[in-house]
Amino acid sequence: MPEHASPGDGGRPIVAVEGLRKSFGTLEVLRGVSLRAQPGEVVSILGSSGSGKSTLLRCLNLLEVPNEGRIEVDGEPIALKRGRHGPEPADRSQVQRLRQRVAMVFQSFNLWSHMTVLQNVIEAPVHVQRRPRAECVAEAEALLAKVGIADKRDHYPAHLSGGQQQRAAIARALAMRPAVMLFDEPTSALDPELVGEVLRVMRGLAEEGRTMLVVTHEMGFAREVSSRVVFLHGGLIEAEGPPAEMFGNCPSERFRAFIRTVR
Amino acid sequence: MDLSFLAETWLALLQGLPLTIELAAGSVACGGLLAASLAGMRLSGSPFLGWPARAYVFVFRGTPLLVQMFLIYYGLGQFRPTLQAWGVWWFFREPSYCALLALSLNTAAYASEIIRGAILSVPHGQVEAALACGMGRWTRARRIVGPIALRQALPAYSNEIVSMVKATSLASIITLVEVTWIAQKLISQTFRSVEIFVAAGSIYLLLNIVVTRAVLLLEYWLSPHLRGAPAEPARLEAAHA
Repeated sequence: MPEHASPGDGGRPIVAVEGLRKSFGTLEVLRGVSLRAQPGEVVSILGSSGSGKSTLLRCLNLLEVPNEGRIEVDGEPIALKRGRHGPEPADRSQVQRLRQRVAMVFQSFNLWSHMTVLQNVIEAPVHVQRRPRAECVAEAEALLAKVGIADKRDHYPAHLSGGQQQRAAIARALAMRPAVMLFDEPTSALDPELVGEVLRVMRGLAEEGRTMLVVTHEMGFAREVSSRVVFLHGGLIEAEGPPAEMFGNCPSERFRAFIRTVR
Repeated sequence: MDLSFLAETWLALLQGLPLTIELAAGSVACGGLLAASLAGMRLSGSPFLGWPARAYVFVFRGTPLLVQMFLIYYGLGQFRPTLQAWGVWWFFREPSYCALLALSLNTAAYASEIIRGAILSVPHGQVEAALACGMGRWTRARRIVGPIALRQALPAYSNEIVSMVKATSLASIITLVEVTWIAQKLISQTFRSVEIFVAAGSIYLLLNIVVTRAVLLLEYWLSPHLRGAPAEPARLEAAHA
């Protein structure tokens, strides 16, 4: 259910970050990153380990609070203030509201272990968004069918394979009807033979015109599915552009070296 | 050993059972609520809440329950005018309230550590998933952290409940007519301490069998996700192949 026009139409971005900086103690992980995602865009964020790509993603829904910079979701800037232990959100209820617009899929799935697949999927719609339960269940069943695990609705996460768990987590994220989806290395914890089923689901979402920011090591996905590739190095954007350009003749020697090593 | 005397004693001791059960159940319930608050204070991250909770646990875990019970009933009794002025004398004049208070305060100290450990053991990723979908603090506690921590806490908590059942016997020293008090009275009348204590011990043992079974049942009922996967629907085509 894409709500927005064609990708990259230059309209209001769904996510915009400006001059993002984040340090953990003395380690500066992000050193001034600016990024925008237009409605319908699929942005692949690449980079070697420690380049700050996961931190960047986690700043977008305030799982990490940046030290400096500006984050706008759906045109609404997130208000930050200086707290006693560093920066913190000025308004928790704003953060909770915005997080419902920005769904996240984690590397290690993070399904709630004490709930069945169906319960996982309807949890946030029912208990956070306070939508009618019957409606949420019907929508959840449709989503589970879409990611291909309709028959697992009453299973607990522990009884599913990694690929099935990640697809359940994607259904859980979709159930919130988010404006943008963040994927934090969604296939990195999977056995190689299970990577394909998750990537197929993600490809389907991209084709629907969903706005997605994907931190990944899957070069095939970055090249074929994304509308833009961003390469992070040492906490800065080293190169970015459409996949054809980036994988064709990227001016960045670092990026060319990077794709040689992962391939 | 005189079996008919044993049976007679057993029945006499049963008269104290309701009070024993009331003290145990009441203190586990009140102490549990207090323990949850103490654990919350410890985990709040605020030193103004954390340090009082630490001090509380230190004092009540570090001193004997017997001493605590004595101090609350006999010790506070010496401040009767003050307690009357505060309007709380009706509470402290009753040995049953004092016993309940001492037992609750004591179990809260131990249980708060059990609860704190259980909350800390909730996988961080599951908490992050709750944060990431916009859950507030209370929804998170009620829907995610609470249920997972409860399952984690149950085995240790059943130990604590068992020890509270046994600790109610200390209430006999502040004149409460529960199982142990009746046992001591019968001994002073008959001097047959072995039979009487065997009978009393068996009552506590039976009570604790019920407690441990009940907690096990609760644990089983709360942990479907830790058991085997539900059976797959039968594959007809496979059967006919």
